[in-house]
Amino acid sequence: MTTHTLSVLVENKPGVLARVSGLFSRRGFNIDSLAVGETENPDVSRITIVVNADSSPLEQVTKQLNKLVNVLKIVELDPQVSVARELLLVKVRADRSVRGQVLDTVNLFRARVVDVAADTLTIEATGTPDKLDALLRDLEPFGIKEMVQSGLVAIGRGSRSITAGPALRAA
Amino acid sequence: MTRPTPETLAHSARRARAAAAPATDTDPAARTVAAPAAPAVRTPAPAQVSGAGSLVRSLEALGVDVVFGIPGGSILPAYDPLYDSAVRHILVRHEQGAGHAATGYAQATGRVGVCMATSGPGATNLVTPIADAYMDSVPVVAITGQVARPAIGTDAFQEADIQGITLPITKHNFLVQEAAEIPQVLAEAFHLASTGRPGPVLVDIPKDVLQAATTFTWPPTLDLPGYRPTLHPHGKQIREAARLMASARRPVLYVGGGVLKAGATDGLRQLAELTGIPVVTTLMALGAFPDSHPQHLGMPGMHGTVAAVYGLQKADLIVALGARFDDRVTGRLDSFAPDATVVHADIDPAEIGKNRHADVPIVGDARHVIDELIAAVTAERAAGPTTDLGDWWNQLDDLRRRYPLGYDDPADGTLSPQYVIKRIGEIVGRDAIYVAGVGQHQMWASQFISYEKPYTWLNSGGLGTMGYAVPAAMGAKVGKPDTVVWAIDGDGCFQMTNQELATCALEGIPVKIAVINNGNLGMVRQWQTLFYGERYSNTDLGTHKHRIPDFVKLAEALGCVGLRCETAEDVDKTIAAAMEINDAPVVIDFVVGKDAMVWPMVAAGTSNDEIMFARGVRPAFDEDDI
Repeated sequence: MTTHTLSVLVENKPGVLARVSGLFSRRGFNIDSLAVGETENPDVSRITIVVNADSSPLEQVTKQLNKLVNVLKIVELDPQVSVARELLLVKVRADRSVRGQVLDTVNLFRARVVDVAADTLTIEATGTPDKLDALLRDLEPFGIKEMVQSGLVAIGRGSRSITAGPALRAA
Repeated sequence: MTRPTPETLAHSARRARAAAAPATDTDPAARTVAAPAAPAVRTPAPAQVSGAGSLVRSLEALGVDVVFGIPGGSILPAYDPLYDSAVRHILVRHEQGAGHAATGYAQATGRVGVCMATSGPGATNLVTPIADAYMDSVPVVAITGQVARPAIGTDAFQEADIQGITLPITKHNFLVQEAAEIPQVLAEAFHLASTGRPGPVLVDIPKDVLQAATTFTWPPTLDLPGYRPTLHPHGKQIREAARLMASARRPVLYVGGGVLKAGATDGLRQLAELTGIPVVTTLMALGAFPDSHPQHLGMPGMHGTVAAVYGLQKADLIVALGARFDDRVTGRLDSFAPDATVVHADIDPAEIGKNRHADVPIVGDARHVIDELIAAVTAERAAGPTTDLGDWWNQLDDLRRRYPLGYDDPADGTLSPQYVIKRIGEIVGRDAIYVAGVGQHQMWASQFISYEKPYTWLNSGGLGTMGYAVPAAMGAKVGKPDTVVWAIDGDGCFQMTNQELATCALEGIPVKIAVINNGNLGMVRQWQTLFYGERYSNTDLGTHKHRIPDFVKLAEALGCVGLRCETAEDVDKTIAAAMEINDAPVVIDFVVGKDAMVWPMVAAGTSNDEIMFARGVRPAFDEDDI
């Protein structure tokens, strides 16, 4: 099985996320990561879904997704020609004795400190899932008190863009 | 991604399609598109109404002539304007009956069937018929009341999230948020239900939305940017299919319900006769190709004919038209038709390659696909010689001769259920509509009645819903009042939904119900006989042993005529007596033997190669059959 990133443009209407996520679970797929947000067109939302599947069952679920009336377009993003990022917020144990070392790590990964307490630092980092995994590995020895991670968002490289296209405008 | 076609983007375009293919009485697909054309004929003037008034006016503008339903708290506002409307409301006894009646109506007429229920239990009682219509791709619109908007999410009295509940079993569903949306949502619901691959659509309307003041304007604009079914097939794929059809040595046309839905039966016959290719019709497609046609091998699948099962299994080319390679047809998938190249044409791209890889995928409406195939095959034949199918036909004819459908009379002298069903078909004839429940009687009705015309066979194929027959027959009779409608039901099925006979009696819907009463859940019992060492756990319904219920008395209590038949000698005259009665529904209790079994049979999970002609009898296929 391989990881696939699907960029799904949907109508920005109540309940659409339930339709999409329900379809995945109903057809036996586990969603690894999911991110939803408005696009440049407020009537359209983009759902970025990372799913682990063989290509043939993935094709079936993509076809089923396409049948959802609120789904406008589905594109599978090729990792070679797209930019993918996750956001990580992590609260690390960092008293005076190790704070310098933690800050070194933060700088090394071009992350940022967004909150400071007497014995912790809260760090914000964005990057590919690989980079964030590496950052976490380096922070682990200090003690991770809490962390939260966004779903992956991704966009194709180059000047071409994925939009809802003429279908939406025609309506 | 399906590409938009002008026809599906513009509401008005469907009129063009209807005009291009004039509706005939046996052509529901054309009428599907004709019915919503009503707005063009009469455009109601804008009016100040309640949301409920807007709902009823929308139904009128959409050409709805009948709604099956039951009122209740949340939907109550809708019943007030309905009281004055030309739309006929048929008050059923259970919402499940309303749903199946809408399905039967839709399957018999090709128009959208409409059912209505209140919130909570009213809506949840529609779940089974909605799931049934979804599996069999039947155009149904279900309208449900919902608790008022401020109460949604509070566990209010009779609140159920019917939109959430029906997400996986509807083509689409709506929760109406504003009264002003009602005409548009209704128009979209009917458009979605009846175009592309048809299916059920649910419209949930909160009570305060029904009560709110609004302006009714018609026609509304459809806003369905993500809905663009592909109707016209790709020319290159069609040519490739035609090339394969000309060169195959053992081709079969595998015809599914999509051909009926597309109104493509005339074209199918033309294509079959042009090519000489054998035809099999699935359970959902019976009537799409005349049973008596010499090229018809019968029904494939678990209880299909030996010739049809073998034909598919040994084919070198399967041309699937509006069929979906269901497990009941393919048997064990990995051994299904191992040598066949597959041409798969369906309007739903997700069906293509779902179960069986398609070598030539064709996305399109079956009518367009078949019409274009006819043209391409004609061109192919003009260009060069086609393969002679003589050897193939010799093999198939030999199988048909050696393994015809048949049955033995019960050894214990009881009435044969197959005989009863066969005689009903022979006496009642090809013009009637036959509606079956689910089980042995359904399979026998599929085998021993000859379906010569489209839309004369209704049943619950995909979901296998026991209790379908009585309400679906009611709906069919309402849609086709001048056609004789017979339900072939089982005693188990009949006890699930017979309350709708009260509706039939009171509303003047004279259906005929043949209860094939073997006293048991017959198909389950058959499996217990074959696979559970004859341990009959919970399959005896007591309808024989105790005559509870007494179906004749029950029929009479429900305002119907009740007849009983227990011997072969009485079968013909009992059927004739039922045919004489046209002012009331008739129920016939055919008391039949309990040991009859449905054959042939491909046991669940086994290969079609393992088909059994009768118990312990496997067909002998010649070595050179391959």
